Amino acid sequence: MADLLINTLGLPGWLGWTITAVVAAVLILNVIAGGALVFIWAERKIAGRIQDRLGPTRTGGKFGWLQSLADGIKLLAKEDLMPEGADGMLFRIAPYVSFCASFCAFICLPFAFDVVGQRLNVGVFFVVAVLGLEVFGVILAGYASASKWSLFGAMREAAQVVSYEVPLGMCVVVPVMLAGSMDLVTIAEKQSGWFTNWYLFHDPFTFVVFWIYVTCAVASVNRAPFDLAEAESELVAGFHTEYSGLRWSFFFMAEYGSMFLVSALAAVLFMGGWNGPIPLATLLGLSEGTGDTAHYLVRLVGLANLMGKATVGVLVMMWIRWTLPRLRIDQVMTTCLKYCTPLAAVMFLGAMLWQIALPGGVIPVLRTPAATVREGWLPGPGGSPPASAKASDVAKVGS
Amino acid sequence: MASLVDDDPRIIEFDVRTDEMLVNMGPQHPSTHGVLRLVLRTDGEVVSEVEPHIGYLHRSAEKIGENITHRQFIPYTDRMDYLAAMNMNLGWALTVEKLMKYQVSEKARHLRVLIAELNRIASHLVGMGAYGLDLGTFSPFLYAFREREKILDLFEEACGARLTYSYITVGGLTADLPPGWLQKCEAFLDQFEPIIKEYHALLTTNAIFVKRTANIGVMSRDLAIEYGCSGPVLRGSGVDQDMRRDGEAIYTAMYEGYAFEVAVMKDGHYPRDHEYPAVPADAVLGDCWHRFFVRMLEVVQSMDLVRQAIDRYASCQGPLGDPVKLAEKMPTGDAYLETECPKGQMGFYIVSDGTATPWRARARSSSFSNLAVAHELCRGCLIADVPAIVGSLDIVMGEIDR
Repeated sequence: MADLLINTLGLPGWLGWTITAVVAAVLILNVIAGGALVFIWAERKIAGRIQDRLGPTRTGGKFGWLQSLADGIKLLAKEDLMPEGADGMLFRIAPYVSFCASFCAFICLPFAFDVVGQRLNVGVFFVVAVLGLEVFGVILAGYASASKWSLFGAMREAAQVVSYEVPLGMCVVVPVMLAGSMDLVTIAEKQSGWFTNWYLFHDPFTFVVFWIYVTCAVASVNRAPFDLAEAESELVAGFHTEYSGLRWSFFFMAEYGSMFLVSALAAVLFMGGWNGPIPLATLLGLSEGTGDTAHYLVRLVGLANLMGKATVGVLVMMWIRWTLPRLRIDQVMTTCLKYCTPLAAVMFLGAMLWQIALPGGVIPVLRTPAATVREGWLPGPGGSPPASAKASDVAKVGS
Repeated sequence: MASLVDDDPRIIEFDVRTDEMLVNMGPQHPSTHGVLRLVLRTDGEVVSEVEPHIGYLHRSAEKIGENITHRQFIPYTDRMDYLAAMNMNLGWALTVEKLMKYQVSEKARHLRVLIAELNRIASHLVGMGAYGLDLGTFSPFLYAFREREKILDLFEEACGARLTYSYITVGGLTADLPPGWLQKCEAFLDQFEPIIKEYHALLTTNAIFVKRTANIGVMSRDLAIEYGCSGPVLRGSGVDQDMRRDGEAIYTAMYEGYAFEVAVMKDGHYPRDHEYPAVPADAVLGDCWHRFFVRMLEVVQSMDLVRQAIDRYASCQGPLGDPVKLAEKMPTGDAYLETECPKGQMGFYIVSDGTATPWRARARSSSFSNLAVAHELCRGCLIADVPAIVGSLDIVMGEIDR
C-alpha cells in the first residue's frame, strides 16, 4: 500500500508510510478486537454446550451473538473503582500494558502471503518477545492493587510465564532452524504445497515439539489448566481481583488476543500458515500474479486457512479449560522445568541432527517440489519495497 | 553460644527473611462454601496456619427451639444442612419419637429410608460438584446439578418444596407419595446409574485431579477419631463406622432388612471395588482422594438402598399413618440421637419438662467437628491445597452455625 501511495499517487515518503502504518494498525486492532469479542461469545456458547446448557440465547435475537457487545457496554457503564491503597498510576497503566503487548505481536503475524502488518526479518523473535511483555502488565496490576490476592496472582504469573518462556522459545526455534529464517512469512512460505510439507510432519522430533509448544503456549497465555494467576477458587480472581469495568475488560481482551496469537503462531510455525493441506491453487493452475481476481481469491483462501487453523487452536483451548481441573503451582513448575524444558532441548537436538542426516525426509517423494520464497509486495526484510512482484522476483531458496 | 558479630551470616539471613502474611480467605470467597472465614498465615505460597472463623450464619436455631413446639422445629432443621434437609428432618423426628417412645408404621419407615437416601445422593452430588469447583474445574459441578435437579423434581412432587422440605415429621411423613412417583424415581435411577461413570472419568480418575488430591491433607485414623470427625470424612480415614449400622436401636431398626455395605476401605479394598476405578498409586488412606471416593461410593450405595426401599414401600399395604399431633403433654426427660447424615453424624438432643415446647433443644453438627480438623490438615500445605482440603471435608455452614 505504501508502494501505491508513494509511487503511483506521488505522496511524499513519510506521509505514505504514516498512512500505511495507521491503516494497518487500525485494521489489526479492529480485526483482533472483533475476533476477541467473537471468541468470548464462542467461549460462552461452547462452555454452555459442554456443560449441558445453552449459553446466551437472547441477546441480539438469536444465539446471543451480541452478548459480548452487551457485556462491553455494561462494563463501560460500570463504576470505575480503585482500591484506596493502590498505586494509582501503575494500577491504571497495567491493563494497557497487557493489552498493547498482546495486540502489538499481531503486527508481524502473516494472515496470508503479504497480508501482514509489517514483514519483519526477526518476526518470530518479535512475537515471542512482545508476548512475554504481557506478563509485565499482570505483575504491575498485582503489585499496584494493594491486595494480597492480587499479589499472589502476580507472583504466580511471574514465576510461571517466565519459566515457560524457556521451553516455548526452544520449540519456536525448531521451525526457525528448518526454514533458515526468523521471518514468519518465509517460514510459512517454506511449508507450501501438500500438508506433508508442514513442519508438524517434517520429522518425528518436530511432531513432538509441536505438542510441547501447545502445552507451553497454553501455559504462557494463562489458560486452564495453567490459569493459576487468576485461580478463582484460590485467589478470588488473582491479579485482576480489584479491577472492574473497562480496565478489567482490557485484561480480558488481552487474554483472548493472546490465545488467538499463540494459536496463529502455531499455525504459521508448524501447520503451514496460510497454506491449506492441499495446494488447491497450484492444482487448479491459478496463478498468483498481481492484480487479477485469482490473486485475491488465493489470498482470501489463505486468510481463511490461517484463521481456521488458529480458531481450531482457540477452540481446543476452550475445550481443555472446561474439562480439566487446575494444576497446583509446584506442579505447573515441575511440568515446565522437569518435563517440558529437557524434552524440548532433546527434540531440538534431534530435529537438528535429522536435518543434517536426512535433509530430504524419509520418503523424499512425499516432499513436493522445492518450496520457493516470494518476496511479495510488501517491503522485504531489507526494508526496500520492491517495485512490483513479478515472476522474476521469486527467489529460489531451495530446501 | 557464640555472640553475633556484625558480619555474622545469621544476621544477613535474618535481614532477608521472608515476611509472613496474614490473609483472610472469606467470608466472601468463592471456595469457602458459604460464609466461612479462614485466616491463613502464609509465607509465600506455603500456609503455616489455618484458623477457621465461624458464626456468620448464626440464626439462634437452638434458642428458637425452646420457644416452639417439637413439630414446629422441623422447618428450622431444614435450614441446618440445607443440602440434605430430609436427613435433618429425619434426625429431629426420630429424636422426638425416641423421647415419646413412638414407632412409625412400616410403610412410613420404608418411605423414610427412600427419601433420606435419595437426599443423600443429592447432597453428595453437590459435594462432588463443588469439590470440582474447588479444584478449578467447572463442568462436573453442572453435571452434578443436572442430576440433582431431577431428585429435587421428585421431592417437589412429593412434598411441594425443592430445598427446605419439612417432609419427614414426627410420627411419619406429612403426606404419602403421589401416584406414579415410584415409577419416576425408578426411571431416574436407571438413567442415573450409567452417568456415575462420567463423574469418575471427569474427576476420580483424572490425572490432574489425582495429583491435586492424592496424598494431600492426610488424616490418620487416630486424628479423625480424636477430633470427632464423622461420616465420609471418618470413613475416608479407614474407620469402619456408620450410624445406619452401628447407631441406636431406633435408628438402625429403620434400616433393618436392608442390605448395604459400609463404604470403607478394609484390607486395602473398598466394597465392590472391582466396579470402580482402582485406587491410584499415590493415594494414601485418609487423604482428600479417599474422602472424595467414599462419597462417590455412597452415592451407589444409596442408589441400592433406594431401590430396595422402593420395593419394600410398594409391597406395604395400608395407610401411611398420620403425623402425631403433639399435644400439651410430652414425657419428661431427655433424648439424644445421632443419625447418619450425608455430612456425618448429626445429633439432636432434647430436654423435655413435660410441656409442649422443649426445655432445651440442641444440635450437634458433624460439619463443625469435621471443620475443626482443618487446621491440622492444612499445616504446611500450599495455598491451592487449602480449598482442596476444606472442600474434601464437605462442610455446610448452615449446619455449623445453626
